[in-house]
Amino acid sequence: MAILEVRNLHKSFGSNHVLKGIDFDLEEGKVLSVIGSSGSGKTTLLRCITSLEKADSGKITVNGNYVFDSENEHKLTKEEIRKNRLAVGLVFQSFNLFPQYTVLKNVTLACELQAKKRDEWRKNKKQILEEINSNAKDILAKVGLSEKLDSYPCQLSGGQQQRVSIARALAMNPDILFFDEPTSALDPELTGEILKVIKSLAAEKMTMVIVTHEMAFARDVSDHIIFMDGGVIVEQGDPEQVINNPQNERTKHFLNRFKENS
Amino acid sequence: MFWEVTIDLLRGFGTTVEIFALTLLGALPLGLIVCFGSMSKFAPLKWLIKTFVWVIRGTPLMLQLIVVFYGPGLVAAWAEDIANPNFIISWLASWSVMDRFTAVIIAFVINYACYFSEIYRGGIESIPQGQYEACQVLGMSKSQTFFKVILMQVVKRVIPPMGNEIITLVKDTSLARTIAVYEIIWSAQSFAKSDGLMWPMFYTAAFYLIFNGLLTVLFGKIEKKLNYYHN
Ligand SMILES: Nc1ncnc2c1ncn2[C@@H]1O[C@H](COP(=O)(O)OP(=O)(O)O)[C@@H](O)[C@H]1O
Ligand SMILES: [Mg+2]
Repeated sequence: MAILEVRNLHKSFGSNHVLKGIDFDLEEGKVLSVIGSSGSGKTTLLRCITSLEKADSGKITVNGNYVFDSENEHKLTKEEIRKNRLAVGLVFQSFNLFPQYTVLKNVTLACELQAKKRDEWRKNKKQILEEINSNAKDILAKVGLSEKLDSYPCQLSGGQQQRVSIARALAMNPDILFFDEPTSALDPELTGEILKVIKSLAAEKMTMVIVTHEMAFARDVSDHIIFMDGGVIVEQGDPEQVINNPQNERTKHFLNRFKENS
Repeated sequence: MFWEVTIDLLRGFGTTVEIFALTLLGALPLGLIVCFGSMSKFAPLKWLIKTFVWVIRGTPLMLQLIVVFYGPGLVAAWAEDIANPNFIISWLASWSVMDRFTAVIIAFVINYACYFSEIYRGGIESIPQGQYEACQVLGMSKSQTFFKVILMQVVKRVIPPMGNEIITLVKDTSLARTIAVYEIIWSAQSFAKSDGLMWPMFYTAAFYLIFNGLLTVLFGKIEKKLNYYHN
């Protein structure tokens, strides 16, 4: 069974029909890249799956649990929705770190708040907090930030900040991690360190969906590529196939324009 | 004579500080409530509060003092003339025996709550949407988001405008004199009237300056303390 299923997803903002029936599946441990020109609805798609935005109709399941189902909306309680939401993590284009907290605290905060709901919290408070801390340190080590635990976000470069935000999302132990143009806010010389981290996650079989304009990266890291245009999936398939030998005219046009620009 | 004046001015200044402290005590929390009202999703409440804030900020505090102090008395006089005053009229009329100091505090608290509410609102609205969204995808509840993430950032942003407003409040306390509350300016004026001395009036400036100097230092300290990060 697919870990993520999106069925006939529609979303409009007023009269602007942004998603016009999106369908796709993603298998566990696979990496999916979503490409397409600006305004094609990529961000809206991620925001609907991560429940930041409410779709108008269609279905989304993660691990077989409904995150959104327009036919049975009343059946999902708020608590269920919140629980399902924790199955997905999102890395923003603009990091959105908490400026008043240290790097370590940025990563542990949500875990701590989550742990307070657990039954053993009162008995094993100290132990649980230690576990959360050491887990966060492990993750920060993995993204190469062991030296920066006590720094504040404002003291870090953009690339380092984005790595903190990846660590923050990973600490929640999501089933699927979503990235919305994770390198677009960075200076070109800093994109490499982020792409490297994402590649290392792919090597560990983390299930990921990446919206990106880094075509070479998308081709190398993904198992599957989706090209979106005007709110629909125009072409999808094997990365080599889509990037190097696109079939659809719109895909060709987009990739050509891309080559000219870069 | 100098000591006599100083003691007397200090007594007046005591009232000044009292007005200052009680106004802060009432207006800081009330301002937050007004702020939430003015940001309410319930449109009638939002517009009612916004209109009220607009009226309070658009008219002189001196006028508000006069309305709060003399208004209920006028209503009371009118209530005696009509046969069956309704409960609102009776309630307003019941305030006509309010003492002068209470009237000052009521007017000041309402006035400053409205100013503070706008500062709070500015602070809250200046927090980027991305902060809320980050909290949401991390599974935080609304109250966790506000208390654990947003509030500290709002405090940092409102401290500088708050400092300005609070220094204005120190000077505004002299308006209490309008309805004959004995504060420092009144006390200095009485020397001019009875002894023909002008210098006590100028001397009051020293009291204001020292007090505002202390507040400036205090706010500087708080700002510095919050400067360990910037957005
Ligand atoms: N919150 C919103 N309100 C209104 N329109 C929106 C909103 N978010 C996105 N849109 C519109 O949806 C369309 C797709 O936007 P987006 O999903 O951000 O595209 P992409 O990420 O592919 O650039 C655009 O026309 C954009 O103006
Ligand atoms: Mg986008």
